[in-house]
Amino acid sequence: MWAQMHELSIALGIVEAAQEEAAKRGASRVTAVHLKLGPLSGVVKDALEFSYGVACADTTLQGSRLVIEETRIMTLCANCGERRPVESLQSFRCAVCETPATEIVEGRELQLVALEIE
Amino acid sequence: MNPEPRLVEVRRNILKQNDVTARQLRERFRTSGVCAVSLVSSPGAGKTAFLEKTLAALRERRGVAALVGDLATENDAARLARSRAPVKQITTGTLCHLEAAMVERALEGWPPEPVKYLFIENVGNLVCPASYDLGEDLRMVLLSVTEGEDKPLKYPTIFNTADVAMITKIDLAEAVEFDWAAARANIEAVRPGMQVLQVSAKTGEGMADWLAFLERWAESRQ
Repeated sequence: MWAQMHELSIALGIVEAAQEEAAKRGASRVTAVHLKLGPLSGVVKDALEFSYGVACADTTLQGSRLVIEETRIMTLCANCGERRPVESLQSFRCAVCETPATEIVEGRELQLVALEIE
Repeated sequence: MNPEPRLVEVRRNILKQNDVTARQLRERFRTSGVCAVSLVSSPGAGKTAFLEKTLAALRERRGVAALVGDLATENDAARLARSRAPVKQITTGTLCHLEAAMVERALEGWPPEPVKYLFIENVGNLVCPASYDLGEDLRMVLLSVTEGEDKPLKYPTIFNTADVAMITKIDLAEAVEFDWAAARANIEAVRPGMQVLQVSAKTGEGMADWLAFLERWAESRQ
């Protein structure tokens, strides 16, 4: 229930951002929204997809698709000295050498990356 | 006839406005010498009892105030007001978390006196607050011994965004057979290197360590 309320307010934010960006480009309709979503964004994909349809109702986005690209959690590994994926959300260790991941460089994204407009 | 759909690239963070407001708050806290500490936990983990004791202890020494987020009631603010520190309620209605703009609004002409410490008690929820920067310098996640040791694994995101973990209600640890090693290992798994403190608001055990930690941390930020 809580998660859903949270994702609904995020979905409304997506619709608002998409409307503004579409208006800037003189578009009358948005047919798809491409979103980058990180595991550390605090946003649950399923709940967001559900909320998105509700948020689009009676707007220029009605009937549009939400295309979600899920990113990975990446660390700048202190041991490898390189960007590496972490093992999992329950284990913040470098997937290559298992060093604890203290510097997270990717995985918090909640970003509008592209629109399909007409 | 409709024109052909076209794909346009846009780079825009959905929570950009919140992030901008949070940055402004952080800057404001820094220039006015305020240490802002936010508290997150599940409902019933003991945030309010812990905060009440903290406010009472700090009240004797230096300026302290608290903002309290709650869904509907003002019970928490009334409880905290017993500490005689300035306390202000942010009633979020149906919203399950605080946002930076709510903190900004609550701070218009408030607190009534200069403070060194500002506490921000978030709505009891381990999911939604993870997405929203409030401009705080220190985010504390509280975990009570009665909740079980695996909370960090169930809610890794909020633990990963926090700076310090506080294990609460430790006076009940023995009764519920709390597994300290497992709890610490689980916190370490989702936030390597995170400092873990412990407290009982009821008996006062751990309060001195917590206040010493807070003071050291505040000094390190100056």
